[in-house]
Amino acid sequence: MKFLPLVLANLKRHKLRTTLTIVSVAVALFLFASLRTVVTSLNAGAEVSSASRMIVQNATSFIQPLPGSYANRLLAVPHVSGVTWANWFGGKYGDGKRFFAQFAIEPESYLKMYPEIQVPEDQKQAFLHERAAVLVGEGLIRDFGWHVGQNVTIQGTIFPGDWTFTIRGIYHPTEKAYGNDSFMFHYDYLYERVPDRVQPGWYILKIDDAEAAPQVAKTIDDQFRNSIAPTKTGTEKAFAAGFAGMWGNVKLLMGTIGMAVVFAILLVTANAMMMSQRERTAEIAVMKTVGFSDGRVFGLIITEAAVISLTGSVLGLGLAILLPAATGFGGGGFLPGYRVTSGTAVIGAMVAILLTIASGIFPAWQAAKLPVVQALRKVE
Amino acid sequence: MALVEIRDVHKSFRREAQTVDVYTGLTMDFNEGSFTALMGPSGSGKSTLLNLVAGLDKPTSGSVRVAGAEVSAMSASQLATWRSRTIGFVFQSYNLLPVLTAEQNVELPLLLTNLNKKERAERTAIALGVVGLQDRVDHYPRQLSGGQEQRVSIARAIVADPTLILLDEPTGQLDAKSSEEVLALLQRLNTEFGKTIMMVTHDAGAAERAKTVLHLVKGELLEGEAVAR
Repeated sequence: MKFLPLVLANLKRHKLRTTLTIVSVAVALFLFASLRTVVTSLNAGAEVSSASRMIVQNATSFIQPLPGSYANRLLAVPHVSGVTWANWFGGKYGDGKRFFAQFAIEPESYLKMYPEIQVPEDQKQAFLHERAAVLVGEGLIRDFGWHVGQNVTIQGTIFPGDWTFTIRGIYHPTEKAYGNDSFMFHYDYLYERVPDRVQPGWYILKIDDAEAAPQVAKTIDDQFRNSIAPTKTGTEKAFAAGFAGMWGNVKLLMGTIGMAVVFAILLVTANAMMMSQRERTAEIAVMKTVGFSDGRVFGLIITEAAVISLTGSVLGLGLAILLPAATGFGGGGFLPGYRVTSGTAVIGAMVAILLTIASGIFPAWQAAKLPVVQALRKVE
Repeated sequence: MALVEIRDVHKSFRREAQTVDVYTGLTMDFNEGSFTALMGPSGSGKSTLLNLVAGLDKPTSGSVRVAGAEVSAMSASQLATWRSRTIGFVFQSYNLLPVLTAEQNVELPLLLTNLNKKERAERTAIALGVVGLQDRVDHYPRQLSGGQEQRVSIARAIVADPTLILLDEPTGQLDAKSSEEVLALLQRLNTEFGKTIMMVTHDAGAAERAKTVLHLVKGELLEGEAVAR
């Protein structure tokens, strides 16, 4: 501790340079943690998916609908104990800058299918019994300042026109990965306005035995193989993993960018430390003359690198952790439960330590091995 | 009694393809409580002698003993510890750390001791008092005159109560008045505090303040040139 004033005095030698280096490290760690969190959030959806739910989608493509008549036929398949369906609406609210997902759902069966969607009973009943009612996540309530009973108009893009809904319920997800910024309304409300264009986007099945999932999938897909809309059936987990898999290259890209940013900042920090050490050749020689050992000099330079790297890292990681929590960021519904995991924080801390070592070790070693007589001769 | 014993010291440097011999068997003693001025032309080996005595450089062969310790046989880490307790070094260009105040500069050698903060502060205040700069403790080097900087440098050299004070051209960058102040201070350290001093200088006026003046030429001590006062 008695050497701390010496370390701090050296860091204050070029305040602007030290500040900019700390900010660079903070930005690098913020980007690293944020980009990694995008990847972990995408994967989290698959991790928390229920093993007893299955998804039936059009075999051609996820965006192709399925006939409404499939519902009863699906319910008749052995081990299937419940069926519901949903459709992607794709509208925008206001200027559209704050994107959120909107789904047309079959309300009663959907809420039974997803017990992780928690709604106060009175609000749930109000939502179920009003065709233009909408159930919104608490994240949207917070972001837009909405309240129960308020009318909200969405501009349709897939289904053009103004669509006005009345907020009747606010849900709270028991699983963060489900997200708290979805906007769910009655499928019938959509259907009655554009009956010729609306069909279920996908079906969700409840099965009574998770072990029977492969058999159920085969039965369903065989059943519809030669129909007008062949199906592709899988567990919800497989569906979520497939959805996350659509981001495959993006995930790789994000990981690569994150590491590239960290590497670039490593070079910046190392360069700053080298410059700092080079400027102080005479001073280091004097310190050694006074009696500072090579190890002590090494320790002082490494400590300086550590103060820069760790301060920047704490700021960057702290911002990456606190900012989404404060703003409720969820990637517009695509990254529900977006939050920096403890794993990412640990890796971030390891990156910070790596930055300290990599940026400080060479200048510290050079300072430790500085030949005093030659250094003093240059000065004198 | 000899505090510094130099025995048959050879020292060579490699300069490009050539070997330059600085000493070829130098032998000399410096007694405890002495104040010696080392004079001689550039390249005569004056500063090298200080470096050898301080353990900053090693002889090619021969022995350098200070207060009974064989300096030339110590490892780098042993030398660092030994230097912090035994040697006070003063440079021509002061070499204060610009980011530290006068007080912090003087305290620097004490950071290597086991003294606590209060004890370090007390010793630092005493050292600054000895050099007459107790009212400049919070000044940074850039806020001090050359003479004041050199006095801070001397305070740094004496704060750990070293056995031996080595000075390399301490008045080389000072005006006459500041030189006089520094030399008076060195005399006082020698006579009043009993410090052994070795001072390299080109300045005959500065050398006159020493008790003994030695002349080095081409790495050899001129016989019969020692002037004792």
